[in-house]
Amino acid sequence: MSKTTAKPRSFQEIILRLQAYWADKGCAVMQPYDMEVGAGTFHPATTLRSLGSRPWAAAYVQPSRRPTDGRYGENPNRLQHYYQYQVLIKPSPPDLQELYLGSLEAIGIDMDLHDIRFVEDDWESPTLGAWGLGWEVWCDGMEVSQFTYFQQVGGHDCHPVSGELTYGLERLAMYVLGIDHVMDMPYNDPDAPIALKYGDVFRQTEQEYSRWNFDVANTDVLLKHFEDAEAECHSILSQAHDDPKTGKRIVMAHPAYDQCIKASHIFNLLDARGVISVTERQSYIGRVRTLAKMCADAFVQTEAGGWTAEAKADA
Amino acid sequence: MADLLIELFSEEIPARMQGRAAADLKKRVTDGLVEASLTFAGAAGFSTPRRLTLAIEGLLERSPDQSEERKGPRVDAPEKAIEGFLRGAGVSRDDLEIRDEKKGQVYFATIRKPGRPAAEIVAEVLEDAIRNFPWPKSMRWGAGSLKWVRPLHSILCILSREDGAEVVPMDVDGIASDNTTEGHRFMGSGRFAVNGFDDYEAKLKRDHVILNAEERADAIWTEATSQAFASGLEVVEDKGLLTEVAGLVEWPVVLMGAIDAEFLGLPPEVLQTSMKEHQKFFSVKNPKTGRIERFITVANRETVDHGATILAGNQKVLSARLSDAKFFWENDLRVAKSNIAAWTDRLSNVTFHNQLGSQAKRIDRIVALARDIAPAVGADPALAEQAARVAKADLSSEMVYEFPELQGLMGRYYAEAAGLPAEVANAAQEHYAPLGPSDDVPSAPVSVAVALADKIDTLTGFWAIDEKPTGSKDPYALRRASLGVIRILLSNDIRAGLDAWFDAQLLRHKINLNGDADAAEIEAMEEMLDEIADHGVFGAAFHAMLDRLKGKDDAPATDEGSLLRTVGDAVPDLSTDLLAFFHDRLKVYLRDQGLTHDVIDACLEMPGNDDVTLLVRRATALGAFLETEDGTNLVQGFKRAANILTQAEEKDGVEYSFGADAKFAETDEEKALFAALDAAGAKIAPAMEAEDFAAAMASMADLRAPIDAFFEAVQVNSDNQVVRRNRLNLLSRIRGLCLSVADLTRIEG
Repeated sequence: MSKTTAKPRSFQEIILRLQAYWADKGCAVMQPYDMEVGAGTFHPATTLRSLGSRPWAAAYVQPSRRPTDGRYGENPNRLQHYYQYQVLIKPSPPDLQELYLGSLEAIGIDMDLHDIRFVEDDWESPTLGAWGLGWEVWCDGMEVSQFTYFQQVGGHDCHPVSGELTYGLERLAMYVLGIDHVMDMPYNDPDAPIALKYGDVFRQTEQEYSRWNFDVANTDVLLKHFEDAEAECHSILSQAHDDPKTGKRIVMAHPAYDQCIKASHIFNLLDARGVISVTERQSYIGRVRTLAKMCADAFVQTEAGGWTAEAKADA
Repeated sequence: MADLLIELFSEEIPARMQGRAAADLKKRVTDGLVEASLTFAGAAGFSTPRRLTLAIEGLLERSPDQSEERKGPRVDAPEKAIEGFLRGAGVSRDDLEIRDEKKGQVYFATIRKPGRPAAEIVAEVLEDAIRNFPWPKSMRWGAGSLKWVRPLHSILCILSREDGAEVVPMDVDGIASDNTTEGHRFMGSGRFAVNGFDDYEAKLKRDHVILNAEERADAIWTEATSQAFASGLEVVEDKGLLTEVAGLVEWPVVLMGAIDAEFLGLPPEVLQTSMKEHQKFFSVKNPKTGRIERFITVANRETVDHGATILAGNQKVLSARLSDAKFFWENDLRVAKSNIAAWTDRLSNVTFHNQLGSQAKRIDRIVALARDIAPAVGADPALAEQAARVAKADLSSEMVYEFPELQGLMGRYYAEAAGLPAEVANAAQEHYAPLGPSDDVPSAPVSVAVALADKIDTLTGFWAIDEKPTGSKDPYALRRASLGVIRILLSNDIRAGLDAWFDAQLLRHKINLNGDADAAEIEAMEEMLDEIADHGVFGAAFHAMLDRLKGKDDAPATDEGSLLRTVGDAVPDLSTDLLAFFHDRLKVYLRDQGLTHDVIDACLEMPGNDDVTLLVRRATALGAFLETEDGTNLVQGFKRAANILTQAEEKDGVEYSFGADAKFAETDEEKALFAALDAAGAKIAPAMEAEDFAAAMASMADLRAPIDAFFEAVQVNSDNQVVRRNRLNLLSRIRGLCLSVADLTRIEG
């Protein structure tokens, strides 16, 4: 393994190094998905692209929202909006663990001084109908990433299997930079003419969203939005594969999946408002999973999902 | 002879699966070898986070040749039959042998199976073991279809002899076997070749891998205890954690760190649980104060700074974790002190079971039953009610949400903080006990009342919805619950009939399950609960209710098929069935204490068999009695008397039960028996009344000699019908007297 690199000095430098590292390893560096999601896994570059037979390699930052984790910017570690760094490679390469460890070195973790461990942690997403086996990766007892081999997504067996890496960026950066409170973390270079801390960028938004998430969000409207997104998803997927206007075969897996993402996030908001009872909870999760499965079914009917006219003819 | 070394090298295997997997590899491979007649002297399995290893010593070089003789058709059989035989046996006609048999000349074939080289067999057996390995969970990776617990990277498989080692060639989905492996992920020196087990183990150690999990565990424990000792402290023992940690490292390095002073005020159990669950840390306590002051973490490597960076990192993570725990603790204390009832209220939104309803409903039922039970266990009913009401409040606390295993214990802390009586706080913790067979049983009366009510509510609930344990399936741990009830009753010497409690609680469940019934029906059932409390018997309560409703206008229906009738019919059956379940558990429990099932059966037939303590006293006395010579002989005499009686009763079509008179006695032995029965009867009845079973049985033992003497000297079936009848009636006195103590017909042998 390469020798230790100099320590990064800011949150953004860690992101930039991860981007450069995974670009160097051949990943398509993508941009965040332009919708509210609870985790990087929801980005179609992971959920949908892990399906079907076509090879894929992508890395990206994904802003993630967890309304229940809001603490008005006061908790040193908890945020209702944070960033995940996500890598998905299909098929999973045999040296994925080494590649991953290389990325830790790239952000300044000296393998000779730290204790890195792979501790069993199986991943399951009831809303996505997905599961995989893997680990949480510990650095000196702290979880710095999740490492998963996808086995099933949207009810479909993954063939080939994707390797997924998820880094919780704030936590990882706080560790590397030696910061105790997330709001004190340098966002850009601390010597920049206008040096900004994480708190300068996000403290106010954490307060605003915490208040809105917990006390103000109109639950009636949200419930309506949930129903609308669900209905729209069904409606999109009920369309014929052949587009009557262009005469082309256009399966609308992605627009349908957007509605699934929407429904999922609305469910999270409703959950944060505490208006969903234990029994209803299961039923909402089931409804989102149904959408996710339908979208997965649709995606494998697209070219990106491995569909070909020839294969269709053969079958 | 050769030695076989196998290593399956993969990405990190979950710690909890390693030990089992090493044993499975050993079993699957050695079974396969034995099946193929390839015997060996010994085998040992090993595991580390990244490898499963199997070393086999003294393996045969080849499996032995085998031959099998097969009898064919007669020489003059049709050609087709002979050809068929040749095909089946796989031999040519020249190989056949002709032998003279009774029926004529017959063909015989000898089928020879030559032995096969060890390498060939090993390759087959190992491939089969890999493809069918019983992992609790396995996965695919990359583009392949092979399944393993995590991606499998290499297969080392060599046969070694004095003159060197040979690779057993094989290929499993593109992974070709060879003679190489690698050591520690970070402290190793890359791949290396090995020529046998000793070489393998030594080179692994050189590359910072301790192969043997027990050796790793021992090293961790020795180092941890000595570091703690050097600071005047001691490590809190935790075997499960030690095994797990030994499965997380290949090169254990023990580091001891301090816990920030601001967290030392947390309850020690909270510190310990948080450190163990989240960080896999051992707790280190000060033996003088009992407080947990430090932690032990086990790293997987040495570093130039002697672990300083690693320890600092771990300490920081721990502080973050404990900040959370402290946050929960302080929030919870605030709620507990201001309004602990708010937690109970919140449980109405928490489902206990989808049919049995919410936790809040469950608590209401437990409260009612705890009140019923309190007088029988010497508890103040009001305190028992209060305790049952708050016993599960901690389920709403943040701490128990985070650490479910702290339920009960936190309940105690919070009840204390709320300023509730000590009995109530105790019950919050103790009402879950006993969980395991070796757990302590609560003895404080209020705890006992709530513990019994909690368990009986669970049992009757699942009986009411017909979710009883079957075979090995007992998802709600109902066997454990009933054993818990039995142990609480016995160890506190509680005298009470279970029937009335079962009936009342089954009825409460029925009321709950029929929430949509008419108000009048519900009211009638609730009145029945009061009747049970008064009459103690369900049947009486049920009939009292029916009588009362008869006269009323607009009374709820009580005819066949009505809700009240259905419930009234169901409850006694369920109650009886549940009691039978208890009796089965009791038999298992008493068997472990050396009482055989027939002794218990003999006592189950006696009245009051729903009183576990009484039942066990009776059985214990009977068991002791049967251990004595008088006891065994008396049982023989009793059986002889009973047999003669039964035969005579069947023959004569009458029951001999009354009217034996000493004046018809002809012999001294007969007269003596009359006298002995009078004497014993005079002692047994009051002894039974006083439940002094030992005394009753001692008096019964006095009968042994007179009964033996009677049978020795007297022919029961006398020609004189008056004498015969009198003797039969005398025998029935023996039967009656003995049966008043226990049903001796059940005793085997």
